[in-house]
Order: sequence, then structure tokens, then C-alpha cells
Amino acid sequence: MTTALRALRGNFRQYGMFIALLFIMLLFQLLSGGILLKPLNITNLILQNSYILILAIGMLLVIITGHIDLSVGSIAAFVGAISAILMVQHQMPYPAAIVISLLIGAAVGAWQGFWVAYMRIPSFIVTLAGMLLFRGLTMLVLNGKSVAPFPNEFRSISTGFVPDLPFGWELHGATILAGIIVSILYLFMEWRARLVQKRYSFEQLSLPLAAARAAGVILILNLFTYVLASYKGLPNILILLMVLVVIYTFVMRKTVMGRHIYALGGNEKAARLSGVKTKKVTFWVFVNMGAMAALAGLVFAARLNAATPKAGVNFELDAIAAAFIGGASASGGVGTVVGAIVGGLVMGVMNNGMSLIGLGIDYQQGIKGLVLLLAVAFDLYNKNKAS
Amino acid sequence: MEALLEMRGITKAFPGVKALENVNLKVEEGEIHALMGENGAGKSTLMKVLSGVYPHGSYEGDILFNGKACEFRSIRGSEQQGIVIIHQELALIPQLSIAENIFLGNERSARGIIDWNETTIRTKELLQTVGLGDSPQTEAGSLGVGKQQLVEIAKALSKDVKLLILDEPTAALNEEDSENLLRLLLEFKKKGMTSIIISHKLNEIMKVADSITILRDGRTIETLDVRADEITEDRIIKGMVGRDLTHRYPEREPSIGELLFEARGWTVSHPLQPDRMVVDGVSFEVRRGEIVGIAGLMGAGRTELAMSIFGQSYGKRISGQLFKEGKELKLRDIPQAIDAGIAYVTEDRKEYGLILDEDIKRNTTLASLKSISKWFVVDDSREIVEAEGFRKRMNIKTPSIHQKTGNLSGGNQQKVVLSKWIFTGPDLLILDEPTRGIDVGAKYEIYTIIHQLAEQGKGILMISSELPELLGMCDRIYVMNEGRFTGVVPRAEASQERLMKYMTGKGDTP
Repeated sequence: MTTALRALRGNFRQYGMFIALLFIMLLFQLLSGGILLKPLNITNLILQNSYILILAIGMLLVIITGHIDLSVGSIAAFVGAISAILMVQHQMPYPAAIVISLLIGAAVGAWQGFWVAYMRIPSFIVTLAGMLLFRGLTMLVLNGKSVAPFPNEFRSISTGFVPDLPFGWELHGATILAGIIVSILYLFMEWRARLVQKRYSFEQLSLPLAAARAAGVILILNLFTYVLASYKGLPNILILLMVLVVIYTFVMRKTVMGRHIYALGGNEKAARLSGVKTKKVTFWVFVNMGAMAALAGLVFAARLNAATPKAGVNFELDAIAAAFIGGASASGGVGTVVGAIVGGLVMGVMNNGMSLIGLGIDYQQGIKGLVLLLAVAFDLYNKNKAS
Repeated sequence: MEALLEMRGITKAFPGVKALENVNLKVEEGEIHALMGENGAGKSTLMKVLSGVYPHGSYEGDILFNGKACEFRSIRGSEQQGIVIIHQELALIPQLSIAENIFLGNERSARGIIDWNETTIRTKELLQTVGLGDSPQTEAGSLGVGKQQLVEIAKALSKDVKLLILDEPTAALNEEDSENLLRLLLEFKKKGMTSIIISHKLNEIMKVADSITILRDGRTIETLDVRADEITEDRIIKGMVGRDLTHRYPEREPSIGELLFEARGWTVSHPLQPDRMVVDGVSFEVRRGEIVGIAGLMGAGRTELAMSIFGQSYGKRISGQLFKEGKELKLRDIPQAIDAGIAYVTEDRKEYGLILDEDIKRNTTLASLKSISKWFVVDDSREIVEAEGFRKRMNIKTPSIHQKTGNLSGGNQQKVVLSKWIFTGPDLLILDEPTRGIDVGAKYEIYTIIHQLAEQGKGILMISSELPELLGMCDRIYVMNEGRFTGVVPRAEASQERLMKYMTGKGDTP
């Protein structure tokens, strides 16, 4: 029991935010008279927040290294504009346009990473400059006008759904099936992890507790797919998001690169003296951020079915807020991908919920600001109490 | 002679250590009084008590200045009485002009509005006094270190100083600037000013001091009157080190093997002042199974030597050659140094050694993640097994290896840092102050670990400021002074007096 408690306490920050998310969802479910968790609304929530969540993942890495990126909204707009010019004005096939757009995003990230990592200019300055520069370039390439419409295949990235099984059921069968498959995969991996723990005789959760946890996860997962299945099923963008979350969680938790990113953010001097190539790592984190911003820009353009000069305004603030609400530390070295996603969802659910109950945009802004402040204050309070 | 300052029975304790114990200091009016002692003897702490950095009430004992008892609550309090301290690290703000720096916090103003004319005029006068011809509008950052030091003194003079305290004023200066500064001090003395100078440089002290108070391990050892008695440098050294070896060191039968590592003519420039040699033509060798010490006072260039060898992690314009087992090494960055089998266990473990937010396990494996990963994916299980192994072997006292290193005691933190470097499988370990700030019990354990490493045939290069530690641990000790090796002493011939002689630059060149 004590080990379970310790494990719980150790992960309290992450679980704490997760519990807060559930609480907020419940609150708005009640206030909105049950609209929030309706299948249509849940699907909309995912579609509405997908690009912010993509940005939040990239932003998390930047924040862990102890930096910040204010330019992602402008980069997203810029890349969206380029993609529109390629696809709409030059009729380039969409896969080629996507690859080129992502490469442009990475190049923009490399440009900023160069100034931050090698010239040691504070990232705040570099990316503030980038924010202005790429907003300006966006207006320039778009000539101040919107470019539309995109080809349908491209739009389906953001607005399409996974095709259904050909049985004509009332529920979306493929979605239910996906939920079951992922549940089985999850069980299998948990079981393997326990085997490894046993082999090395590491401490582990007692079997009933582990089973209870697994049951909880599977229940929530399948409820979620059930809800989606009663509307149009799995959105394509959700699959993309899931893949990103899995890849980045894996990179940050399991790979040498991930370790180096955490070490660099935790103590740059010690990391350098331990053989971490600190400049190189910082540089690549910004390249990654650029590519992620480009991806978010494509997703947003596809959703809007247009590239506009004003796209992506304030995206950077939502992404930064998501990472911090999700437990990242402003001084670097701390944060998780799942945390950033949960943080992004907290913001997303609040936006959605407050709109549902008809709260004005003025109140919404103010309340979101307070939530950000309180979440970080709560986090710091916990940290101080622990040490 | 009248005593201008008397400090009686000063005792200052920090959590865990007594930095000062019943220290007495008496400074007479119009003299230059030198305060001497090893690193950590308590000189700077004593001066911080005097200047109010440690406010009244945080220490025991009395301070009498001009015959009056003083209870300073802050630096301001002591400055109002005319006690001004110039710290070792220069405190000028580089972006401000000389004039702005001199009157910082003490602005010439009426109702909050600065009188720039008066400021400029007063600055010119002060600069003249210290023999500096630069314009008061010059940016402080554009001046050399020597001139900056003079501006610091001008700043002190602007405060109507009665007692000037200089903490290692010449540590960062070259010969000429040092000479200049000492001459200035003597001039001030003629005009009746009293000063206290803290310095490690014996020759300088002999040149200017009227009396010398020696501190050792936080106690006053003696006060020597240079004017009355014939005081030799040897006499001072004896006072500084005359401690009996109460520390205990584990027994060891050295078995020294073939030549492992060699440096020839190693020269390193300061990263910001390319014409200043921090390490100057240093050559040394380390054999397998040998523990080699590097002695030296603060600022002698020992850490800089170690870091520049370790993948050029310090300094500019590095020249010279490194050899490992006869083959020349070209190490351009730290990963190359680690691959070449060199480990550098850093001096300040909190700042340079550990990621305090991360746990023991991750800190242990940070420098050798490659060895526990496949296709860049870290094998978590092996990591836990390895870290657990080190926890047991090094006797790290902790509930689990998932404990954050920030929550460990100094001794256990040091063991984690050692684990990290031992795990890289090095042949040569450079240990920079491996036992600083840890308790006696943990020290003994660290010594035992160092012995084991030597027994396994690794070469150990150990930098330490504690002479007894070097004498107790090392087979051979190189002594460094101002970037050069001034002597090498085998264990059998080593004594604290002999080392101190070389450390203060009073040795023959090897």
C-alpha cells in the first residue's frame, strides 16, 4: 500500500492536472445541461483544439530546454500561406505540398535555433523577432488576401473521419474496434512491463491495484470511443495526434535524445560537462518546433479551408499556457508530453464549455488567465512543499 | 599606538560548521594589517562579520571601532562608520561609467536629482588620487582588470573611508598592476589611512604589511609584528599550516604501473582576456595505479588546467600535447574526452555536477547513456540495475534510486557524481576538490573509493585545497602557482611547509 501511495504522490502533479481536467469537464457538463459530453461536441472539441495540441507538444520540448518560442503562430500562418499558394495557385499535388511545407517549417526552426543555440541570443528575442518577421512574410506572400479553397483530400486531414466497416451498424464499428484493439495492446504492454519488473525484482504495484488501474484506463478509453462512434467515428486528426503523442512520449522518456533534452534544461553546465552536446540539442529542439508549427499551420488551414493573413494569431500563447498548466517548469528540465496535452485540453474544454453556457469572450479571456496563474501557483506550491 | 579596530571573541556558526571560533583581531591606527591563512581558514567570513554582511546578532563577540562598540546590521551601517570593503570579485557594473559606478548608491544629488557636475568633479579628484587618467565618462567594462581595481579603490575613497579592507586585491592582476596597487596602498598609509589586506601572496605581504594576523581553521593562531621582529616567509607558512594531521586516511599499498597519461607544455589563455595565460607551459604525467595531487591556492589555475584537458571545456588558444599510453590525444570536445577514457569530477557538484531536479538513476547514467542503450533507446531496466549497483557499492544513503539528487546530503551527492564518472569506464579520473563541504565520515568513504580506483589500475589526478588531504592520499604532488607548476614533491619528501612554499610562488622551477 505504501508503494502505491508513493507512486501516487510521485505522479501527483500529473494526476492532479488530470483530475482537474475531469472536474472541469464534469462542471461544464452540468452547467451546459449535458451538451459538453454529447458525441457531436466531443468530436468538435477534438477538431477545434488539434492544432493547439500539436503546438503544445513542440512547445513543451522548447520549454523543457529552458527556452520559449513566441513565433509559432506566425510560422503556422506562414506555412499555411505557402501551402495554399502551392496547392491552390499552382495545383501541386497535396502530398508534395505537405512535405515541402514541413521542410519550410523546419528551415524556419533551424534559422531561429541557429541564433538561440550558437549565437546565444535569448530565445525570447529571437522568436519575438520571428513572430513579427513571419507574420510580415505571411501578409506579403498572400498579398493581404485569403487564398482558398483547398483540395478535398487535403481538407480531410482536419475534417475527415476514418471510414466505417461495411456492415451498416448504427454505431461506427471501426471506432469501437479501434478502442478494443488499443485496449488489448495496452494490456499486453502492461503485462510485459510487469514481467520485466518481476525478472529484475523491481518494486511494482500490487496485482489488484495494477488491475484496477488498467480497468480504469480501459473503461475511459472505450467510453471515449463509444461516444465518438455514436457520431461520425474517429476523426483523422485524432489519429495523427495520438501518433504524435506516442512518438514524443517515447522520445522524451526512452531515448538518449530525450534524456539529453531534460538534462540540458535541468542544468546546462552539468549536462555539457557530462558530454551532452548542448548547442546541438538546443538547435534541433527549435528545428522540431518549426516543423510542428508548420504541421499545425497545415491542419489549421485545412480546417478553415483557407489561408488567411490573420491565421494563427495568439496560438503561441495557448501552446505556452498548455505546457505550463500541464506541469512544465519555467526554469526548464521538467515537463511531460501527456501533461502538455492535458494542459491543452483544460484550456480547450474551458473555451468550449464557457461558449456553450454563453459566457462572453471578455469573461472567457479573464477566466483563462486566472486558471493559468492558479495552475502554475498550485504547482510551485506543491514543489516547495515537497522539498 | 591606538587600536582603531578590535574584534573580540568572534564566533560565527553555519549549519553544521563553525566558520569562526573565538577569533580576535586588533588593527592599529595607520597600519597595513595583513590577514593570512589557507583557503577556508575564515578570513573572508571574518571580514563579512566586520562589514555587516552578516548582521549583528548572527555571530557572537564584540566589535570595537574607534573605541566604540558597533552593531552593524548591514553594509550600509559599517560604511557610515568608514569601514569599506573591496571584494575579491570586482563589483563594478560594466555598463555604467566610472563616475556612475563610483557614486552608485551614494549619488551626489539634491532632492533625488543627480548633480552631474559635482559627480564629475569629485570623480576626477578621486581618479587623480588613485593615479588613473581616464575620463569619468568611460564605461567601466571597457577598462582592464587593473584599472577596474583602481576604480574600486576610488569608490571606497569616495565614502570617507577610515578603514579600507581589500580581499585578495591582486589575485586577478598582472605583476605591473599589482606593484602599482601596492605602491598606492603605501601612499595611503603615509596619509594616515588604515587598511586590512587579505592575500595569499607572501612576497606582497612582506613588502607592505606592518603586522600579520594568521587564521587557521576558524581560529586566530597569532599576530606577528613585522616592524618589531624579523619575520621570514617560512615563519608565516609555519603559522598557516601548523596543524596536526587529525584527519584519518585509509591504508594503501600503492602499486604503480606503466605511464598512463602525459601532458606536455600545456598552455591555456583566459577566454575573455586572450593575452592572459591561465595555464602556462604545464607538463606532468600520471601512471597507472598512481594518485597524483595538484596543490595550489585559489586562482592558481588548477580547475582551468583540468577543464582545458577535458575536451577543451575551458579557455582559448589552447596549445601543448596530451598523450595516453604513448599515443597523442586530440580532444576537441567533451564527448571525445569521455570516449578517450578521461573523466572530470567537477568541483562544484550542485552547479556543475548534478541535475538536481532529476533522480539518482538518471544522474548516474547521464554521461554514459550510449552504453545502456540500443538504437538510441535507453534500456530502463538495465539503467535501474546499474544505478542500484552503484548505490550499493558506493553506499549512497537514500531510500531509493528514484530520489531526486537535490534532496541528498553533500556526501551522498558527491557519491552520485563519482558513480556517474566511474560508470563511463575511465582510465584517468580528474577529481576536483572531491571532498569539499562534506563531513568527515563521508570523506573517509570517498578516500576508500579513490583507493579502490587506483588499485584497479586507473590513474587519479586529484586537485585539492586541503594540504593534509593531499599529503594523506597522494603518491606525488605537483604544486601550481599562477598558472605554472612550481614544484613536484614525492610522498616521502612532502610536508605542508614545503608545499606552501611552492604554492606561494617561493619555489624553484622544476
